[in-house]
Order: sequence, then structure tokens, then C-alpha cells
Amino acid sequence: MFSYDLRRSTLTVYLSGELDHRMAAGVRQELDRLLDDMRVRRLVFDVSRLEFMDSSGIGLIIGRYKRLSRRGGSVAVADPDRRIDRLFQMSGVYQVVEKLCAEGRA
Amino acid sequence: MSVRILNEMRLDFPAIAENEGFARVVVSGFMLPLNPTVETLADVKTAVSEAVTNAIIHGYGGERGTVRLHGVYTTEGLLYIDVIDKGRGMADVERARQPFFTTAEGEDRSGMGFTVMESFMDQVEVKSAVGEGTTVRLIKRVELRDEALPRRA
Ligand SMILES: Nc1ncnc2c1ncn2[C@@H]1O[C@H](COP(=O)(O)OP(=O)(O)O)[C@@H](O)[C@H]1O
Ligand SMILES: [Mg+2]
Repeated sequence: MFSYDLRRSTLTVYLSGELDHRMAAGVRQELDRLLDDMRVRRLVFDVSRLEFMDSSGIGLIIGRYKRLSRRGGSVAVADPDRRIDRLFQMSGVYQVVEKLCAEGRA
Repeated sequence: MSVRILNEMRLDFPAIAENEGFARVVVSGFMLPLNPTVETLADVKTAVSEAVTNAIIHGYGGERGTVRLHGVYTTEGLLYIDVIDKGRGMADVERARQPFFTTAEGEDRSGMGFTVMESFMDQVEVKSAVGEGTTVRLIKRVELRDEALPRRA
């Protein structure tokens, strides 16, 4: 469903497949366990390998943003395709979540 | 030339999350003879996913129930997909359609489902009555490419 990589305070989550309500519920459960680790200050959702996303993905990301912002942390999304970018745009995700693109990444 | 129904389908399935993906696959298959663009196909799949998810989580709210899909397309290339539940219904549809409106905040809902349906389809009609259920009609004009025109009988 997803793989992840924790480096210092940054947790990067690599999502693949179809991010609908069903998948979001599963990801949320596992991710929230990882976020219990208070060292995590930054969460990056790599969405480049998602084949599908609906508004459940927006809910997942905003929900994690709310959780991290309480500890002064931040959330970013990396490499959305055109459709997913449009979904993030129309729902105001980019007002609180940074967008990272391949060239701009370390 | 009069408008004719070219194809039609009806499908009932239980209101469980596993069927969100199933509904998307079914609708893709149903549309295939129209030879839709990748873009159009993705638009419809996304809208159907939103409506089916709503039927499951809001309409039935975790209780047992049946979701019905009813699809039609016409010789004019108009596609209609009805997503029907007999769940709890909505008292105020206009309010429910507002961006960011949700009654399930704690469950990570964004309140963007109807907005997504409206922006990916040409038209979205909602009929709902409290205690009776909800029908969401998704309508989109699918550009008929020549090779897609089904053979006349
Ligand atoms: N099939 C349905 N049955 C009952 N209520 C519904 C249905 N579909 C939508 N709703 C109501 O409309 C609201 C908005 O739906 P939507 O825009 O998809 O956002 P979300 O699903 O994120 O809450 C829901 O929170 C719910 O209260
Ligand atoms: Mg919804």
C-alpha cells in the first residue's frame, strides 16, 4: 500500500495504487502509528506512483497536516501528476501543504 | 435523427469499501465501446468513485445496504450514470454540495466530493429524501470519435 523512509525528522511516504476511501483508511491507520514518533517534524507524500486519487486523498493529507502542525511540523506532496495537481489545487491543499517537484528535490 | 439509447447497464452490490474500486472498473468497461479519451475516462471514474463512496459511508454509514449503478449512453454520446442508495438521505442537498461541507470531519473527509463530481462531469443532479435515500445522476458528453461509433443494426 505504501513504503516509507525516515531520515532524521523527515518521514517520506511513497504511495502507489489507487488512493480512494478504502486505501486512505488503511494508510491513515499505519501512518498514524508512525506519526506517534514525536521526532517526525516533516511528512512528505510522494504521489508520483499513484494511478488514481479521489477526494479521500485530500482528506488523508489534510488530516495529517492538522496532526503535524500541532507539533510545529509541516507536510509536503511530491510530484503529483496533472489530475492530482488539479485536485489539490481546487481544494486549497497548497495553502498549507508545499508542492515539491522532481527538479527541486534534494 | 432521433436520439437512441446505445447501451445500458444495471448493477447492484453491497455497500462495502471493497466495491469502490469495483465500481470504477465496471464503469470503465461500460464506457469502453465509446472509445473515450484517457482524460474523459479518468474524469468519469473519479466522479463515480466519489458518489459510490458517499453512498457507502454517508448513505449507509457502515450499515448493510445495496448500492445500485445504472448507466446509459445515447447515440449523441451522452453518458448518464446514476448512483443510488436507499440509506439515510440528506435534509439539505444545496448545503451538502457546498465545497468543504462535511458531516464526517473526524473521519478525514474533505467535504470536496460533490465539488469534484461537478468539476469532472458536465452536470450533476441530486435527489435525496431523509430516511429514503439518495440518487446522484452524473452526466457527461463523451466525444464520439469516428471509429467509436457502434455499428448500426
Ligand atoms: N449518499 C449520501 N447519503 C447521505 N448523505 C450524503 C450522501 N452523499 C453526501 N452526503 C452528505 O453530503 C456531505 C458532503 O459530501 P462530499 O462533498 O462528498 O464530502 P465528504 O464525503 O468528504 O463529506 C457529506 O458529508 C454527507 O453529509
Ligand atoms: Mg464524499
